Amino acid sequence: MLSKRIIPCLDVRNGRLTKGVKFEGNVDIGDPVETARRYYEQGADEIVFYDITASHEDRGIFLDVVERVASEIFIPFSVGGGINTVEDMRAVLVAGAEKVSVNSGAVKNPDIISQGAAAFGSQAIVVGMDVKQVEKSATIPSGYEIVIHGGRKFMGMDAIEWAKTCEALGAGELCVNSIDADGTKDGYELTLTRLIADAVTIPVIASGGAGSPAHMYDAITRGGATAALIASIVHYGQYTIPDLKRQISDMGAKLRMVW
Amino acid sequence: MLAILDYKAGNQTSVRRALDHLGIPCVITADPAVIAGAHGVIFPGVGAAGQAMNELLTTGLDKVLKDQVQAGKPLLGICVGCQIMLDYSQENDTKALGIVPGECRLFNAAWTEEDGRPIRVPHMGWNRIVQKRPCELLKGIEPEAEFYFVHSYYPAPPESYVIATCTYGEEFCAIHGGPGLWAVQFHPEKSGRPGLALLRNFYAYCKEASRA
Repeated sequence: MLSKRIIPCLDVRNGRLTKGVKFEGNVDIGDPVETARRYYEQGADEIVFYDITASHEDRGIFLDVVERVASEIFIPFSVGGGINTVEDMRAVLVAGAEKVSVNSGAVKNPDIISQGAAAFGSQAIVVGMDVKQVEKSATIPSGYEIVIHGGRKFMGMDAIEWAKTCEALGAGELCVNSIDADGTKDGYELTLTRLIADAVTIPVIASGGAGSPAHMYDAITRGGATAALIASIVHYGQYTIPDLKRQISDMGAKLRMVW
Repeated sequence: MLAILDYKAGNQTSVRRALDHLGIPCVITADPAVIAGAHGVIFPGVGAAGQAMNELLTTGLDKVLKDQVQAGKPLLGICVGCQIMLDYSQENDTKALGIVPGECRLFNAAWTEEDGRPIRVPHMGWNRIVQKRPCELLKGIEPEAEFYFVHSYYPAPPESYVIATCTYGEEFCAIHGGPGLWAVQFHPEKSGRPGLALLRNFYAYCKEASRA
């Protein structure tokens, strides 16, 4: 049986690991390559790097990070942030990533999903979607709407419909991030995760809200996700990845326990 | 030295990075003379079987590979490389290399996982393998070790060629071949420590074989 995956997410700015998009000031919290190697050695099943570099010039620094990661860790990793064209995708895949994650770039131009899948295969294309809960309406029948720009811009698209569209266009995987749950540490948005996991046949990664092993267990069982994305609960030493994996495995989930 | 077969459908760079990390000398090449001089050949592959076969036929590398196998050169196929070593693949209705008998089939989406839910295709992620017969590649690797898979089609050689199986909905072949002629459906170069151990075992076998 396939193991559920535990995936740490690293936000990178100017070649350094930072606290992330939502935080003002972007505090430097370490070297992304060093941190990735530590998580790799501790049993992370995959790693996600997110480039939140502001300027185009700094893109080269980020690609250098991707290349260094590729020669030091031997598990799959994906790269997102600032992916708007097939050439952007090619650059990170050539640098050594297995998968590329496209988010607002796909919302603005859905064709990039099919173009990427045709060029690199569906297995290489992850669509990240940021979602906020809203009133149910004719446009948003599920009550979950697609947002971009960290949740500041509502796109008038139903998250469930968008998930199906992404699958039909050739996405190999979906990363579903609840903006409402993100940063709360109160647990993943399980209703949303489940709705999307049931609406598509491709793997779904739950993102946003992880605060404990129980939250992660819920996401990969009741939530129907095949993977759980985590960030701050491991970045600041609250848990180590082996702690998390042992506790989730003891709850009864199937995880990779030998690494 | 290991030769990593250079053709457009390969993930040669990932394999090279893993071998570099292990300190195993290797070269990415399509040169028949270099391939002939190597201790062993790694035959990677990503993408679709049809395109991969086309690349091999266009470049004549299909014949180079078959000649090397004929001459007893150790070979390790990976992923699509593993699949097109068989006679045929359902993917793109492809006549494949026929180095090992059997065919490659599409996962049946009606199969269910242990939790009763239909399997998601591709089979993507970490899974355990069960060893069916002795194999130098798996020396020193714990039975609980998992490997990273990404595929929608699986190899189905005759049982006598099956070295290890994996279960995703149903049991399928994860490693096939025999001494010196192996193919793995998963990606050892992306399977952490156990995957690196497998690559190291392959190189050790190649060096030993070249001395014999």
